[in-house]
Amino acid sequence: MKGFGKYAIWAYSIMAFVFLLIPIAYTVAFSFNDSRRTNIIWSGFTLENWLTVCEAQGVCEAFGNSLLIGVAATILATTLGTMIAIALVRYRFRFRNATTLLIFLPMATPEVVLGAGLAAQFLQAGVPKGIGTVILAHTLFCLSFVVVTVRSRVVSLNPALEEAGRDLYASPVQVFWRITFPMLLPGIVAAALLSFALSFDDFIITNFNRGADVTFPSYIYTAAARGIPAEANVIASAVFFLAIALVLIAQLSAAARRRQLAKAA
Amino acid sequence: MAFTAFAGTATAVAEPAPRRRSPIALLLLLPGIFYLILFFVTPLISLVITSLQAPDPLIFGQYVNAFNWQNYVAVLEQYWPQAIRSAGYAALATLFALLIGFPLAYFIGITLRPFPLLQSLALVLVIAPFFISFLLRTLAWKQIFSVEGPVAGILSSLGALPPGVSITGTTFSVVFGLTYNFIPFMVLPIYATLVSLDLRLLEAGNDLYGSPATTFRTVTLPLSAAGVMSGTLLTFIPAAGDYINASREFLGATDTTMIGNVIEANFLVLQNFPAAAALSLILMAFILVLVAAYVKRSGTEDLL
Repeated sequence: MKGFGKYAIWAYSIMAFVFLLIPIAYTVAFSFNDSRRTNIIWSGFTLENWLTVCEAQGVCEAFGNSLLIGVAATILATTLGTMIAIALVRYRFRFRNATTLLIFLPMATPEVVLGAGLAAQFLQAGVPKGIGTVILAHTLFCLSFVVVTVRSRVVSLNPALEEAGRDLYASPVQVFWRITFPMLLPGIVAAALLSFALSFDDFIITNFNRGADVTFPSYIYTAAARGIPAEANVIASAVFFLAIALVLIAQLSAAARRRQLAKAA
Repeated sequence: MAFTAFAGTATAVAEPAPRRRSPIALLLLLPGIFYLILFFVTPLISLVITSLQAPDPLIFGQYVNAFNWQNYVAVLEQYWPQAIRSAGYAALATLFALLIGFPLAYFIGITLRPFPLLQSLALVLVIAPFFISFLLRTLAWKQIFSVEGPVAGILSSLGALPPGVSITGTTFSVVFGLTYNFIPFMVLPIYATLVSLDLRLLEAGNDLYGSPATTFRTVTLPLSAAGVMSGTLLTFIPAAGDYINASREFLGATDTTMIGNVIEANFLVLQNFPAAAALSLILMAFILVLVAAYVKRSGTEDLL
């Protein structure tokens, strides 16, 4: 019975992984489809789409806008969020619970509400919608995720190391940049990557605040009615492989570091 | 909490630094807090003001500030089927995500524990869908389920589906899409609780003549309850507000519209801003009541 349970969980999990990967495999496969107008039916293998990605109208502009928005929102959110995370763990201040609640609430708010709220505000304030308003909106929803991610890193930081720095007559600024910041860096990098991923793939909040500017997801949404060009699959697949490569490199180097530490100990 | 899985599990330090009072805290907090007030709190106030507006008596299509609370009654009367459908679809998707996600999290967190490399690879596979466009992976299911697609072909050759009948645009396909898209949000927090579960507790259950089922029910399940709670919340919230899966261009049809579709249509197409704002606030209130019930049981710090 015990052996059967073991096999069952392996079989069930492998089926779940296959289920998770089916649409990814489909999207990548159709980036190689020899499609003329619409990319719905398989009509032969070609590398053509990968070589002439930018020929489909608007795909590359949309991709460029998404990159720009992602980078800007990530820088803003990571900076503001890291500062809050350090303050939350290290300092005592009034309204602490109210602050925690204010950071938690945007994560508990459905995207459609965040999007509509910001759009209503921009409408009342007379701010023209475009890439700028999308950056402001993305920074907002990335901010909370940055705080949560960096905070767990600050909590795990050993304060004795900073104390040692102070004992050796380092100024508070030196202690921060030479000890605290390098030790927080893995958390900050993880938060930045998460922010970029959230921003790059966001559709709902973007759609309420983009005006006439087009991002990669909004390009796909508009194109969905008349058929997605294979070039969109090319960009999505390229982004996918790049992200997976980054994650695998990070995982493998962390594993190698663990092995080295184990050997040293 | 779910996202500590991305940052690597934090190891607790024996002696945390004492929290000090310092003006630096204010300098660190103010910019971010100011941002949240400007772009989260005031938009919510804007929504409240907008939701109470009345049509301008002079200019058609314009709205003036008023205290027109009947907007709420009107949208509830008009859109209650979509509101109930959203809650129902999101609850079903959360249930299916739990049925698929819990065994998967158990497999990665406990079964694969002797194989660290396989474990990290499995974790990468769970978050892999995040790296391919949300809209494209939903469209991929639409095409797989389409009349010309493989699933319809197999089903109709088995005689289970009359030829020409589509699987997309049904309750099944929308709930299927919601389940698929939010599974990682269910797996990650459950994994985070199971990965730190002391295996000796399971051995103890076994030594005390507990059957695998009893050990699971009395040891594993209570110890992973926090993960299940935040997983269901992280799945239910985005699923209830989603309008991609239910929209006509993706997996839905006109009779599967959810509250998100209605808000989007009223705001961006019909430009009936008060109705969209009132619906948004109703959705937000519903979610907040749910979250408050969860927080009461587990505490905000745990959810974060």
